[in-house]
Amino acid sequence: MDCDICGKHAKVHLTQLVGGQIKKIALCDDCAKEKGVTDPTGFALAEMLLGKTPGKVVPSAPTVAGSGRRCPNCGFTLEDLRRIRRFGCADCYDTFREDVNQMLRGMHKGFKHCGKVPAGMMELHERTQRLEELRGKLDQAITSENYEEAAGLRDEIRQIEVRATPESND
Amino acid sequence: MMRFTTLIKNPADWMTGEGADNAIVLTSRIRLARNLRGEAFPGWAKKEQRRHALEIMRPAVEALPCMKDAFSQELDDLNSVQKQVLVERHLISREHAARGEGSAAVIERRQSIALMLNEEDHLRMQAIRPGMSLRGAFEALSAIDDDLENSLELAFDHELGYLTTCPTNLGTGLRASAMLHLPALVLSDQIGQVLQAVNKIGLAVRGLYGEGTESLGNLFQISNQSTLGESEETILRRLERVIAQVATHERNARDKLLEDDPAMVSDKIGRAYGVLRHAWIIDSKEALTHLSLLRLGGDLGFLPQDTVKTCDALLMDIQPAHLQLHSGRKLSPEERDSIRAEIVRGRLQSLEAPDIRSTRKKDESDPDPEIL
Ligand SMILES: [Zn+2]
Ligand SMILES: [Zn+2]
Repeated sequence: MDCDICGKHAKVHLTQLVGGQIKKIALCDDCAKEKGVTDPTGFALAEMLLGKTPGKVVPSAPTVAGSGRRCPNCGFTLEDLRRIRRFGCADCYDTFREDVNQMLRGMHKGFKHCGKVPAGMMELHERTQRLEELRGKLDQAITSENYEEAAGLRDEIRQIEVRATPESND
Repeated sequence: MMRFTTLIKNPADWMTGEGADNAIVLTSRIRLARNLRGEAFPGWAKKEQRRHALEIMRPAVEALPCMKDAFSQELDDLNSVQKQVLVERHLISREHAARGEGSAAVIERRQSIALMLNEEDHLRMQAIRPGMSLRGAFEALSAIDDDLENSLELAFDHELGYLTTCPTNLGTGLRASAMLHLPALVLSDQIGQVLQAVNKIGLAVRGLYGEGTESLGNLFQISNQSTLGESEETILRRLERVIAQVATHERNARDKLLEDDPAMVSDKIGRAYGVLRHAWIIDSKEALTHLSLLRLGGDLGFLPQDTVKTCDALLMDIQPAHLQLHSGRKLSPEERDSIRAEIVRGRLQSLEAPDIRSTRKKDESDPDPEIL
């Protein structure tokens, strides 16, 4: 998808509720930075952007990846989301995860849950969080060519994954 | 199980109980949104799917220790006045009252815990307390949430937290709110400024029944908007801090009004007393306006302190569905206005005229009941 402003390759995708309708805009890194879209409070700003480039905004066409996708559990589609602004079931969040992530910009104080976790899920939740943290560190280690540390991190990740496997199978 | 008439016969615990900071904060309310894994959300579900979800949830909810001998009813089995009474008591939402087959309400005897089944989410759980008690309400509700987790498979995601029908409720699914009575901020024209400041820090403010911007009876509800990215603790702490600040502003505004313009305050409270004691026809807007001032009079020492409680009970009882329930039949708006006036006169019968000369002493450490 191309940037709605300059036509370069778009990296930032915004889904917004504007006047009760879901609209999408795509921006390249430069334009996003210039317009301050990386600022999570830029909700109103995107609306302004939408107003400025009415011809470029496609109000109803789903993203290439999202087109025709259907929640396997409840049959919900992105079209339905545009229409009723509510989801069909909990599995929809997995089906449309990318679109959800775009939608959350400006809606909340953050993108990640850091509140209560159901007691029965605590262990899994902590493991998931730990894995994510380690993978982040691994990326950093590789980027900074710190291969010794990377190897250590990879082992740790593997250990956690192996420990998790038998449990998740039964 | 409890019958509707039994449930409603008594005022809710939170209407009569004494809470912290009660003169300004009427109630604290916590709502948690939860959904079942694998079941279509109520708005998207077909009739049979809604029924199916209800069959899963209802026994689990009714089995909660706090719901022993509770009121539990499908909304289809209630008439429109009964549903409206529940709305007026804040026990179900307007949206829930409007929902059809497969929606139910389970309400604890003292009406301080209410669970809506198949509202927008499968489960909307609410705890309500008198005065400033968000934390108390949250702890009570969170314990119920823990209980339900043992019997129900709730939809939870490691990134997005509790999954809700509308993405605006994701994460904690927590809506915490307090109802504030802010007559002095309104009278001194400071309310806009205060509400704007509250709004700026990401909290929502709305009038008593959320219709438009106008607030009836100088009642305002302050609540959190964001539910994702912060813990319940953070959300509650911010809200508590802001509410305490607003209450302090209101308290200061009350003191300043008494100091700067005692004649105006006395006049307003005296007139409110006069109208409420002697009106034979009164619509709900006028009644709320005057009850608000009478309530202020109770707090400022023009009237006995328990006037505040009397006003709070009246705020509930003079609403349309409550009036119809009281008289046991459908009423025209004209009939409602005269029955409303009758009820108000009756409740205030023994209330003596406001003591205009002796207002409350400044020294809080020496509250002198004899002054009344
Ligand atoms: Zn661009
Ligand atoms: Zn779905």
